[in-house]
Amino acid sequence: MTYIAKPKFHHPKLATNQLGFTHRDYEGAISTLCAGCGHDSISAAIIEACFELDLAPHRVAKLSGIGCSSKTPTYFLGQSHGFNSVHGRMPSVLTGANLANRELIYFGVSGDGDSASIGLGQFAHSIRRGVNMVYIVENNGVYGLTKGQFSATADKGSRSKKGQANSDEPIDLASMAILLGASFVARGFSGDKTQLVPLIKAAVEHRGAAFLDIISPCVAFNNHPGSTKSYDYVREHNEAVNSLDFMVPRAPIKADYQPGTVAPVTQHDGSVINLRKLAGEYDLGDRAAAMRYVAEREKAGEIVTGLLYLDPDAIDLHEHLNTVEMPLNALGDAELIPGSEALDRFNNSLR
Amino acid sequence: MPQPITATNDFVVKFANVNGSGSASANLLFAKSIMRMGVPVATRNIFPSNIQGLPTWYEVRVSGKGYRGRRGGVDLMVPMNPQTWDHDIAEIEPGGYVFYDSTRPIPQSRFRPDINIIGMPLTEIVNGAYTDSRQRQLFKNIIYVGALSALLDMDPAVIETLIGEQFKGKDKLIKPNLDALHMGRDYALQHLQCPLGLKVERADAVGDHIFIDGNNAAALGAVYGGASFCAWYPITPSSSLAESFERHCRRFRVDKATGKNRFAIVQAEDELASIGMVIGAAWNGSRAFTTTSGPGISLMQEFLGLAYFAEIPAVLFDVQRGGPSTGMPTRTQQADLLSCAYASHGDTKHVMLFPADPKEAFEMGALAFDLADRLQTPIFVMLDLDIGMNESLVPPLKWDDAHRMDRGKVMTADMLEAGKDFGRYLDVDGDGIPYRTLPGTHPKRGAFFTRGTTKDRYAKYSEEGPVYVDNMDRLLKKFNTAKSLVPAPELREGAEPAKAGVIYFGSTSPAMDEALDTFAEQGVRLDALRLKGFPFADTVFDFIARHDQIFVVEQNRDAQLRFLIVNEGDVDPARLISVLNYDGTPITARFIVDAISKKLVAANVKPFRKKAPAP
Repeated sequence: MTYIAKPKFHHPKLATNQLGFTHRDYEGAISTLCAGCGHDSISAAIIEACFELDLAPHRVAKLSGIGCSSKTPTYFLGQSHGFNSVHGRMPSVLTGANLANRELIYFGVSGDGDSASIGLGQFAHSIRRGVNMVYIVENNGVYGLTKGQFSATADKGSRSKKGQANSDEPIDLASMAILLGASFVARGFSGDKTQLVPLIKAAVEHRGAAFLDIISPCVAFNNHPGSTKSYDYVREHNEAVNSLDFMVPRAPIKADYQPGTVAPVTQHDGSVINLRKLAGEYDLGDRAAAMRYVAEREKAGEIVTGLLYLDPDAIDLHEHLNTVEMPLNALGDAELIPGSEALDRFNNSLR
Repeated sequence: MPQPITATNDFVVKFANVNGSGSASANLLFAKSIMRMGVPVATRNIFPSNIQGLPTWYEVRVSGKGYRGRRGGVDLMVPMNPQTWDHDIAEIEPGGYVFYDSTRPIPQSRFRPDINIIGMPLTEIVNGAYTDSRQRQLFKNIIYVGALSALLDMDPAVIETLIGEQFKGKDKLIKPNLDALHMGRDYALQHLQCPLGLKVERADAVGDHIFIDGNNAAALGAVYGGASFCAWYPITPSSSLAESFERHCRRFRVDKATGKNRFAIVQAEDELASIGMVIGAAWNGSRAFTTTSGPGISLMQEFLGLAYFAEIPAVLFDVQRGGPSTGMPTRTQQADLLSCAYASHGDTKHVMLFPADPKEAFEMGALAFDLADRLQTPIFVMLDLDIGMNESLVPPLKWDDAHRMDRGKVMTADMLEAGKDFGRYLDVDGDGIPYRTLPGTHPKRGAFFTRGTTKDRYAKYSEEGPVYVDNMDRLLKKFNTAKSLVPAPELREGAEPAKAGVIYFGSTSPAMDEALDTFAEQGVRLDALRLKGFPFADTVFDFIARHDQIFVVEQNRDAQLRFLIVNEGDVDPARLISVLNYDGTPITARFIVDAISKKLVAANVKPFRKKAPAP
């Protein structure tokens, strides 16, 4: 981390987006994470994605649990409300927040300790409910703030900094998310911003539970030889199934979906993901096939990244609950309180 | 053989049934018929943690005076469950009655010599009249209601009307039910000596009162309190509160034009998620609540500390049951006071409301949302199984249409635009309550980070000692502000204060009302103070100071209310005498009168304090 605050002024020719904001308007406080931490690259990718999507920063809410990853919402979108909740419980707080105001964009930022251990239950249930959110797990396989214990996503056989091998089976959150009914599941790598930014943009525009498992090496405790979550290891074993360009101007284009070619996928809101298919027979829309593919490649020692599963026509929790268009938090006395006449009728029914 | 009990409009009937046998609606029909004759009843379900097969009881206290507490003892037992026969027979008052199914002979030794035995071959009658086994079971219940109507001299027309109302829309069912009713009634009139010494006589003591359970009323309170979000996890005895809320919302909160819901209800995966969702929704400006019982409160502890420290409104309906652990899931207690008052680690204090009956469950259920927004903290509505799951006769619910939701101190976009200084934890008015902003309010101002870690007045993270102390002391100031916002205690005192006073709250109240009448009849002077909220108003401690002897009546083993009074008011513990009922059954007036009488006498014999010996 640095103690030197970044100056507020910027070059007059710094690019602006449609709202007239520059990148700087999407930044947050100076990071207090270790220099080189993968999480800071993810924060930078979120900033980039929000800038490119022309999001008004104050219309975004960022929620997190506890841990290194959960600290990061302080480091992006300084004009957004943030909520650093309790360990493993971000999904429930986000679910409630989302139901209270359907008009904001919700980022849930979590880590592998936060989501795969203490918060595995809430992770699962928020996904299966289809909460409209971007759920990001900054996955480094290790507990950083408490100095390097294995997390539940650490691979079997992966070695700790002190040389101890992990004996437990890992939890693959991306595969779980597919199984649990997430309608958008991707895996990224904090070291590959080119891949990551379009994934985040597509996730924001997706309606429903969008889950991103982002491998994000811990430079302090899990970046050594023998670790399967180090920069070197992930770079070496990264196997992207596709790359994508994300386009907001919403012109649905029909095209054949041939291996190795670019195919557009139109999401519910009309946004278009131009998908460049890299892996041979990978079918983005087939839940079972996606899980099988990920499992097979991982068995072969590869880390599968890219957009793993997408249901572009998913509906979200608000639609399941049939809530009114107006945010619930904007309803007033007239909409909420039935009044004394209705109460008199109710009394009459109980005599 | 003692004299058979004779009583008009003042006796207790108890039905012993098998869970799942369809007896509940017949028993309710019996109770409602008495009410329709203008005679108040107090009913209680005593049921096991079971779906089918285990014993269940329904107690109907007929009370012309309108006493709503449990009386204790049984004057007429209707034992329809062989499993509990001996227990049921033992409970009958000397001179009382048993009305039983005499199809199979029961040896004399299974009765008692001091009770009156009325047998009717119910099974034989239904077996003769019906072939279908389910019909036999269901109509047997209606047949015994018919027989009881003759034995107790009830007006059959009232029961017929109720049957008509119950099956409105399913008219085919009306006639068979009426037939069964008369089958029982006619048999009793022909073969049994009618009426018994116990009689129901038409009166005019019910008035416009309504018959409602506390969970239903509290749920409606949440609707009138403006709650738009509920997250909950099923747990006895609170589940029917959330289910009632959903029913009320379907009736009152569906937008007519679009068919869409002006509410959201989520059945969460556990209590942690329930309270987490409530906190998220309330942080974002919706009025939100959860409903639970003791084990749920235990699970919610961490989040409750967050809501206290980050200052987020939340409403919790705690329908208390017998603890600790799984405890007595279907029995009543007031045993969560301490786990709610000081919920979570570190220094915390929480606001509680103590409704005494379904009417107050409605009123305080609505008030809780104003208080939560005003105080920006969790508010606990402390119900219990006795209030929540039993229907009670209470005055009609009232609503003032001039009332507007008090959303508390929320800084708007205009206020921010006008340059008003926003410090999320800044006490601008001296009441300890800061302003908050809702997410998405203003493009450039008012955003802050909500966290459970320590922070300064402007929500910036800080572990500096003075900054922490400053914040903790403000929270205490805010808690003191709550004293004047929670409902004031209800005082009953003569022109001259009595020497002794009694303090009580919640579901103890109906029994206490009756106990105080009994004391008055006996010429015993006793002042009374009913607590309606926590933190306690100063008047509570004044009341204690004014009296030589103070009784604290509550329904838990460890005198939790007494603990709170001692702790919060720095009261000498020796001044507070506990009267404790904690066997899981609702406290009775008899119990209170008995316990207090013994200690009052003792106190009158011995001086309170020995005079210091002369030097």
